[in-house]
Amino acid sequence: MENLDYQDGNALAGPLSEIFTLDVTTAHGTCAGCGRRGALAELRVYGPEPGLVARCPGCEEVVLTLVRGPKDAWLDLRGSVSLRIPITE
Amino acid sequence: MGIISRAFQGRPRDHDENLPPGQYLVHDFPVLSAGPTPRVPLDRWEFAIDTAEGQVHRWSWEEFLALPQETPTVDLHCVTKWSKFGTEWKGVSLDVLMEDVESAAEYALAYSYGGYTTNLPLEDLLDGKAWIVYEFDGEELAPAHGGPARLLVPHLYLWKSAKWIKGIRLLNEDWPGFWETAGYHNYGDPWREQRYQGD
Repeated sequence: MENLDYQDGNALAGPLSEIFTLDVTTAHGTCAGCGRRGALAELRVYGPEPGLVARCPGCEEVVLTLVRGPKDAWLDLRGSVSLRIPITE
Repeated sequence: MGIISRAFQGRPRDHDENLPPGQYLVHDFPVLSAGPTPRVPLDRWEFAIDTAEGQVHRWSWEEFLALPQETPTVDLHCVTKWSKFGTEWKGVSLDVLMEDVESAAEYALAYSYGGYTTNLPLEDLLDGKAWIVYEFDGEELAPAHGGPARLLVPHLYLWKSAKWIKGIRLLNEDWPGFWETAGYHNYGDPWREQRYQGD
């Protein structure tokens, strides 16, 4: 079995739950690099240190970074065109 | 038993004055990764310095190896709080690479194979403070640690020492890099514990 140096996007669920009340790993986004659409859970997540770096499984461009300091979190959605977030009423 | 007993060896290195605030000492060499490890064949490797005035200086691997070499021994300080003392490298000083480069730029952006970038003032690359290194501990630099060659700027946190270095762009204005736009400090001085934006 290939020794992968990343995890799938489900690894974002815990860290992002500090910021969002919804589980955004089920949200669908569009990669700004290649236009691929998919759930955040499909991203390739590197880290956790010095920060989580989630890359598109299609083109490997950075979709999202999350840096957690002692007092602040920095969420950078630099490679995401938009997120469609399912909201259950 | 040695001639000098342990009692005279001083305080443990963890409390060494060479350890910046908030850091702890490691003896291994941790690998932190923000993406897939680039594999750069040496016959296609190139290092470039491009100036704000539009000049480009390029070195092939052979041309790079033909430059005067140095063997710095330096302490490393990672923003994730580990430090490693006495690491031995071989490479070329940025003073050598900048010798024929004329530019009025005050800032530099290091960029890497794989897309990583990091910014720093140009003066932090000069006067014996930075190297492009290709050997660690007497061995060729492993891809996981930035081989074939990486930037080494040991007086700043290690994220400034860009792995898989491809070039340095000289700029008239500061241009924050990968981690600097993602929450980390713009300068990253370990002795002032400049880890995050606002520190």
